[in-house]
Amino acid sequence: MRYAMVIDTLKCVGCSDCVVACQTENNVPQGYCRDWVTESVNGVYPSIVLELKSERCNHCSNAPCVRCCPTGASHTVAGGIVMVTADECIGCGACIESCPYDARFQHPEGHVDKCTFCHHRTAKGQLPACVSVCPTKCMYFGDLDDPTSQVSKLLKSRTHKVLAPEAGTKPHVYYLT
Amino acid sequence: MQEEIIISGRNLPNIDPVLEVWHFPISLYLFLGGLAAGIMFFAALFTLLNKEKEFPATVKYAMLVVPIALSIGLAALFYDLTHKLYVWRLYTTIRIESPMSWGAWVLLIITILSFLWVFSYFKEMFPEWHWKFNFLNKLESYLIKNRKSMAMVLLPLSIILGIYTGILLSAFNARPLWNNAILGPLFLISGLSTGAATILLLSKSHYERNMISKIDILLIAIELFLIIHMLMGMSAGSEVQIEALKVIVDGEFTVMFFVFVVILGLIFPALLESIELMGYKIPMAIPAILILIGGLIFRMVMVEAGQITRYLY
Repeated sequence: MRYAMVIDTLKCVGCSDCVVACQTENNVPQGYCRDWVTESVNGVYPSIVLELKSERCNHCSNAPCVRCCPTGASHTVAGGIVMVTADECIGCGACIESCPYDARFQHPEGHVDKCTFCHHRTAKGQLPACVSVCPTKCMYFGDLDDPTSQVSKLLKSRTHKVLAPEAGTKPHVYYLT
Repeated sequence: MQEEIIISGRNLPNIDPVLEVWHFPISLYLFLGGLAAGIMFFAALFTLLNKEKEFPATVKYAMLVVPIALSIGLAALFYDLTHKLYVWRLYTTIRIESPMSWGAWVLLIITILSFLWVFSYFKEMFPEWHWKFNFLNKLESYLIKNRKSMAMVLLPLSIILGIYTGILLSAFNARPLWNNAILGPLFLISGLSTGAATILLLSKSHYERNMISKIDILLIAIELFLIIHMLMGMSAGSEVQIEALKVIVDGEFTVMFFVFVVILGLIFPALLESIELMGYKIPMAIPAILILIGGLIFRMVMVEAGQITRYLY
């Protein structure tokens, strides 16, 4: 099993519903967020392209945060999801420094916090909160090892990219372009 | 021509707009750890070469600085943790792929050894001193007999500690300025040089100062070579490394780096030491203090500047 998220940048309208859903579902403290929306404009007028992306932890196969964690608080669980055990975390900040996506932050209680792909929901067969609320249905979640899953089919049929592949992290949030 | 505007709704404390997770305490620790590693390296080396008599300040008074420096360094590291109560988790596991994990173990062992070393020389430094408990006297005579064994352990551990201060940063490929293989050796040489500067400050023996001063000039030459090597390697690197290099060569840290680290912290003190060796009278404290200040600013620049550099996507 290899969980992945596929996000259609052509359907995303940048409403930030995914951000709010995550904050509500995961009780993220005020002023913090585990996912966020970026908006980029490429090109020179009149030929410009707008791209909206909902970003979060990429649950990398070669996760630098897991490698550099001195206590093993950052670890990978079944399905390739990168998790943090709060009471093993000493708050050294090494994983925050190591993440090319800046997806981790220091929780006000001291430990490090980040997206879990809604592990508590997916374990019960539900979709992550962000995916389930998306009003344009531009986000997909599933198992890449299963060739019949929606995410596998989308990656086979559409052009896609990942963020900073040159960082060598093998990320698992894909963007359809 | 292509223009890109990125607007993000995110505003995480210490992360946006630029990463600032590691602060001055980390730079201070990297400096003190390197300095302690330098002094211990020389003390262990001269002990193994049977030269304790010729280098009294190295094996005694400078070594007195080591446990103090390491304790302040450890306190600084602890201060910068955000989940402090769980610090013991560092010592329930060893993770080879995490430099911070084995670094924490080396730091623990070396701090204990440095205290034992100073303990074994304490009565030689302060002849009036008497230990109140008998077991301390027994421990003392045991340690005095085993100084060579302690030196044999300290020599490799001090090199590991010195390199570790650099590898800690170079292990993060997300920060292109740090992510180069030269940083480990560079921090080791810089640590040895600041250690030598501390010995120069404390030494009263002419022979010792002369020898340490010669070694220090060589170390500074190697350090300058490694800095040039690092800058060359990055300028020939990928886009992210070229962007990272700009922070040092053509950005907000340029003056700090070239004036305070390269010129005032390396070239000028090396010149003063050379002039002194030629027979002119120059108080050794001037180059020594310049080297120490340069070493601290070098770490501050690397820690601060490294956190601004990142992958562009």
